[in-house]
Amino acid sequence: MNDEATTVVSAKNLSLTFETNDGPVHALSGIDLEVDKGDFVSFIGPSGCGKTTFLRVIADLEQPTSGEISVNDMSPQEARKSRAYGYVFQAAGLYPWRTIERNIALPLEIMGYSKADQEQRIAQTLELVNLTGFEKKFPWQLSGGMQQRASIARALAFDADLLLMDEPFGALDEIVRDHLNEQLLQLWDRTNKTICFVTHSIPEAVYLSTKIVVMSPRPGRIHEVIDSKLPRERPLDIRESKDFLDIAHQVREGLKAGHSYDE
Amino acid sequence: MTARSNILPLLTVIAAIIVFWYAAAVWMNSPWQIDRYKKASVDWSFSQLVSDTLNQERPVLPGAHQVAVEIWKTTVQKKITSKRSLVFHTWVTLSATILGFVFGTILGIFLAVLIVHNRAVDKSMMPWVIASQTIPILAIAPMIIVVLNAVDISGLLPKAFISAYLSFFPVVVGMVKGLRSPAISQMDLMRTYNASNSQLFWKLRWPSSMPYLFTSLKVAVAISLVGAIVGELPTGVAAGLGARLLAGSYFGQTIQIWSALFAAAALAATLVMLVSVIDRIVMKRMGFVSGKAS
Repeated sequence: MNDEATTVVSAKNLSLTFETNDGPVHALSGIDLEVDKGDFVSFIGPSGCGKTTFLRVIADLEQPTSGEISVNDMSPQEARKSRAYGYVFQAAGLYPWRTIERNIALPLEIMGYSKADQEQRIAQTLELVNLTGFEKKFPWQLSGGMQQRASIARALAFDADLLLMDEPFGALDEIVRDHLNEQLLQLWDRTNKTICFVTHSIPEAVYLSTKIVVMSPRPGRIHEVIDSKLPRERPLDIRESKDFLDIAHQVREGLKAGHSYDE
Repeated sequence: MTARSNILPLLTVIAAIIVFWYAAAVWMNSPWQIDRYKKASVDWSFSQLVSDTLNQERPVLPGAHQVAVEIWKTTVQKKITSKRSLVFHTWVTLSATILGFVFGTILGIFLAVLIVHNRAVDKSMMPWVIASQTIPILAIAPMIIVVLNAVDISGLLPKAFISAYLSFFPVVVGMVKGLRSPAISQMDLMRTYNASNSQLFWKLRWPSSMPYLFTSLKVAVAISLVGAIVGELPTGVAAGLGARLLAGSYFGQTIQIWSALFAAAALAATLVMLVSVIDRIVMKRMGFVSGKAS
């Protein structure tokens, strides 16, 4: 894919323990992972496996207890301060008092882009997520899927090569989700961004990813990393192909071996 | 609901209140009236008693028509510069109310911002804010007047301060809640943008708090009026609705008291309505769906 793969995220023996009233919770334990530029990496596992926590560590929203992590060869904090990534949360989290275009302008305002630049970027990203024409609408006037697309546009509006997505389609129905998955792949293909994507849907992980990180809980750790051999070009019906089902099977076996189905 | 379906229950309630009012007026004013009949040794009928009790000069409880006539006489038929004009007195109280409301709102917002941004202030200030409201305002109002008078501040300002003393409280409580209302994910989002504290405040906390602010302001404006009236009671001032109430009670002018009460009620309703209208306009412009905060 890339002539020379450069590492975007690199974690070495990374651990994070939350001290709670019920004793320590090992959210992450001994994580070793490299994410290369242009990768689409999915993190899959049951709740409590630390997939979201790991994403939050990359984003400098949580501090690791031990181990090393670098983002664009910087510490997560430096990366955050240089605005190296866009983060898409599970809930769209658009500001209800801002129109769609003002919502997308939010990071641009904060980062000090000029007015002209803002307008151009808003138009560009809205087109990217197929929301052109909805500039002046308020979030409540949009469906859940459209709101989530707007929140992706918001994360794409500024120059961050890394996109961190925390179960962005988790709350949406299957049909909308399929559609957004397809659009997300096209978007990834066009922008050549690196995407880290948290999900608990096996088909979603297999369909989207170049690399699937299977995680298991208590302590949260990486059980297996599966490289996908699916082509970069992926129509929706690729999900009935043998390759696809093989990988899905492999993911399921990985989850099983990691005791993800024990309870 | 349509206007038509609203109006019948409303009229029923008003009619019931008026019937009750007149019955009470006749009942409460009759002992004095009967006493007079006896002294004058006149025969009296029930219908005469009713008619007389509703037209006394200093009734225990005046009839609605007496209050209406008094209000008519002291508003429409008096020049507004006259000391006897209810409009004049209402304006005196209104000016103190507005000034107190503005002071209270500014103070309330200022304290809320401090409390939200500083843990130490949060811990140390909030108990005092709450304690301030447990002291009866009637007890503290004279002291404020006396103390301010000693430093040569009198007239409008002391009343406004008492008014502010009451009205800042709902603003503090509402704004602390409002400024803390953004979800954790919204705060996290601002963090991922590496937003500064002032950006976090102006782009997230402040707009998030607007619905809370207006709810507080509706309460604050009503009690601002209470504060202004209470502030007029111990000062012995000659003007204002509070002065009218006090003078009325000194001289047994119950009709005057009731007309001042109605003026105060009408003023309060107008002020709350005004804030509601501004609230609705702002919320609409901000894109909040009516009745929904997010």
